[in-house]
Amino acid sequence: MQTNVLEYLEQTLPRVPDKVAFADDNTQLTFAQVSQNARAVGSALHADGLSGEPVVVFMEKSPAAINAFFGVIYAGCYYVPLDVEMPAFRIEMILEQLHPRAVICDAVTQPQLQNFGYTGKSYLFDEIVKTPVDDAALAQIRAKQLDIDPIYIVFTSGSTGVPKGILACHRSVIDYIENLSETLGFNSETVFGNQTPLYFDACLKELYPTLKFGATTWLVPKQCFSFPIQLVEYLNAHRINTICWVVSALTMISATGTFRTVRPETLHTVAFGSEVFPVKQFRMWREVLPEAKFTNLYGPTEATGMSCYYHVEREFGDTEAIPIGRPFRNTGIILLDENNKEAAFGEPGEICIRGTCLTMGYFGQPEKTAEVFTQNPLQTRFPELIYRTGDIAHYNADGDLVFVSRKDYQIKHMGHRIELGEIEINCGLFDGVEAVGCIYDKQKGKIVLFYTGPAEKAALASYLKQRLPRYMQPNRIRQIDAMPHTPNGKLDRKALTALYETE
Amino acid sequence: MNEIRGTIIEILQDLHEDVDFENETRLIDDKILDSFDIVTLISELSNEFDVTIPADKIIPENFNSADALTKMITELEDE
Repeated sequence: MQTNVLEYLEQTLPRVPDKVAFADDNTQLTFAQVSQNARAVGSALHADGLSGEPVVVFMEKSPAAINAFFGVIYAGCYYVPLDVEMPAFRIEMILEQLHPRAVICDAVTQPQLQNFGYTGKSYLFDEIVKTPVDDAALAQIRAKQLDIDPIYIVFTSGSTGVPKGILACHRSVIDYIENLSETLGFNSETVFGNQTPLYFDACLKELYPTLKFGATTWLVPKQCFSFPIQLVEYLNAHRINTICWVVSALTMISATGTFRTVRPETLHTVAFGSEVFPVKQFRMWREVLPEAKFTNLYGPTEATGMSCYYHVEREFGDTEAIPIGRPFRNTGIILLDENNKEAAFGEPGEICIRGTCLTMGYFGQPEKTAEVFTQNPLQTRFPELIYRTGDIAHYNADGDLVFVSRKDYQIKHMGHRIELGEIEINCGLFDGVEAVGCIYDKQKGKIVLFYTGPAEKAALASYLKQRLPRYMQPNRIRQIDAMPHTPNGKLDRKALTALYETE
Repeated sequence: MNEIRGTIIEILQDLHEDVDFENETRLIDDKILDSFDIVTLISELSNEFDVTIPADKIIPENFNSADALTKMITELEDE
């Protein structure tokens, strides 16, 4: 039985040592190189006494950064990818939670570390890959590793203003990769075109299947996602056949009429998720790729990658929502109503997930973890955890799950999961801001921030850029005279929405 | 022309309150605008000026400055 994600790499290596595993415009790493580099990094970290602790990977998105992840796992540690474009304030907040003793950098990021008050050890990736591999030590580490040991932490938006680190183990990732691969039909011929950043769990879809099958992943340059013709030409040039992208990246291509100029020639598998795919746009994709398999994916980071899938095989009406479908094999979904009872068929309920896919919770935040990882209320005679997603869904007549709404103020914006509360808290800290309220215009995909007080709009905007990542920046900032409240004193978001709509 | 430019600056300013769009000429090259912004910009410009911006116009050169955007929109309106 497989108990470690690195077994994917070790089993594939003798089959295709010289095949390219991970590539971008600058670098191509073969499986032999990935293995050599990862074992060297693992040996170096181990030699410095690191074990069973977080190791931050603070590198530009690149094949080398991915390679560093595997090196960290070889050392028996878990990797924490940090976005190089993340504001310094947020990085400091994350480092404070982790207290890492080691950070792996590249030449560009290493000098930046001092800005964050980090005093631990930093390693230059290009240097530590020269470390002689200590296979005996790596074997000893492996012998002690369990499949319930963590392999990564990814940080997500927290409603209290502090990002939450979600910790996942080997077993959950293996469970996910096996079932995702079966569902989407990955194999050794698969050529992935990666869009999602490396600092979320979304990139698991490409990283581990590449190791498992001896496939290839191209990291598509970020700028391509601004310019649709470039993007499709890139897919064709690298013979990319499989993409798992956020919906907005796909609609950007179809909505601008790109297909009249250039069509994807090799693409046969298109997975998307996190957002509603407008049916009109979807039809354009279907028309240009009639033979391709299109799959809607759904899942929270807390349940390791994705949890449900729906193969889009029938026609949809213009206003009909594409379902999120059914759970992967070995994942269970329960819809719970407000009384913690199973919702009747067709009635809305909170999506609760059970299975090996459940992550280990929030790093260093036991109370937050206990709020949403709870005992299954339908079964109380032995310990069994479920994860409460906060997503409301119902079953349609076909027995497929359909997403309805959120229970709280978490939103999905351009594929990113954001707590409006986190934006509000950060905005409220700015001098001259008195009251804050944030809403999300779903139709147009805009985060709208309202505030009262004498603060200048431009100064507030640039302050927020220092505190919040790019994707959390408000798209509209409005200064108002008074913040509307409900009769019981809560922020009245409905009134704000009305205010915004009458603009 | 000036009117179009003024409206474009307003739309840009809404994206980033703190950028000097009057004078900035390397919006793409300096990564001031990212793919989120481009997607937003395309939809807002299309609505505001009632034009369709075809994919072959969505190239870095046309998005580097308010002037380049104005030129593109003016040409599309004339078509």
